[in-house]
Amino acid sequence: MIEVTARYFAAFRERAGRDTERVSTRARTAADLYGELARRYGFADSMTRCKVAINDELADWNVALTAGDEVLFFPPVAGG
Amino acid sequence: MSFKITSAVIDPATRKLELEQGAAGACVTFEGWVRNHNDGEAVQALEYEAHQAIAEKEGARIVAEAFERFDVEAVRCEHRVGKLRIGDCAVWVGVSAAHRGAAFDACRYVIDETKARVPIWKKEHYASGATGWVNCATKIAG
Repeated sequence: MIEVTARYFAAFRERAGRDTERVSTRARTAADLYGELARRYGFADSMTRCKVAINDELADWNVALTAGDEVLFFPPVAGG
Repeated sequence: MSFKITSAVIDPATRKLELEQGAAGACVTFEGWVRNHNDGEAVQALEYEAHQAIAEKEGARIVAEAFERFDVEAVRCEHRVGKLRIGDCAVWVGVSAAHRGAAFDACRYVIDETKARVPIWKKEHYASGATGWVNCATKIAG
């Protein structure tokens, strides 16, 4: 198990009812962690339409997580 | 800064002054306005949210790409966050270039990539009192 910080934005934040939390997880990648949290909170967006940032840099979903990482979950964007 | 997230009103006339270059013979600007309807629903107001640091970094990448792809003199983009009213300017893109073709193409490139890539989210407030996050399948539990 590792402990990371999850941060939620826009629809994810409102759905989860929080903007940040510490998460203990067996997830190896950001993708695994999204799957876990999507089940917990009912996030319905396909990962391919979402983005993830790790420690304030956009990242690949398949990147391995490290204890202490801050993982930012971005629902589908809608600027303009 | 070539790509800026701002909570202040965007004034296109002032923004345009930053594009003036002696070498430019063309200027193309785009303004995205808050519209009073979407998908058949009457919209009363919009709220934009962004991750400012990542949005400005990704936006700066888009502007740099526009310089690589098109023969342009200046490229700027500004996007509002916070609560906006119908008719407000939500996003502004401005490009100057020696010739019009590159200016049109670069302006289109910047707004299209911004909409597709930059972490900005839009919440619509409908006349019915309901709200919704645009493009999101995740619904807020009522």
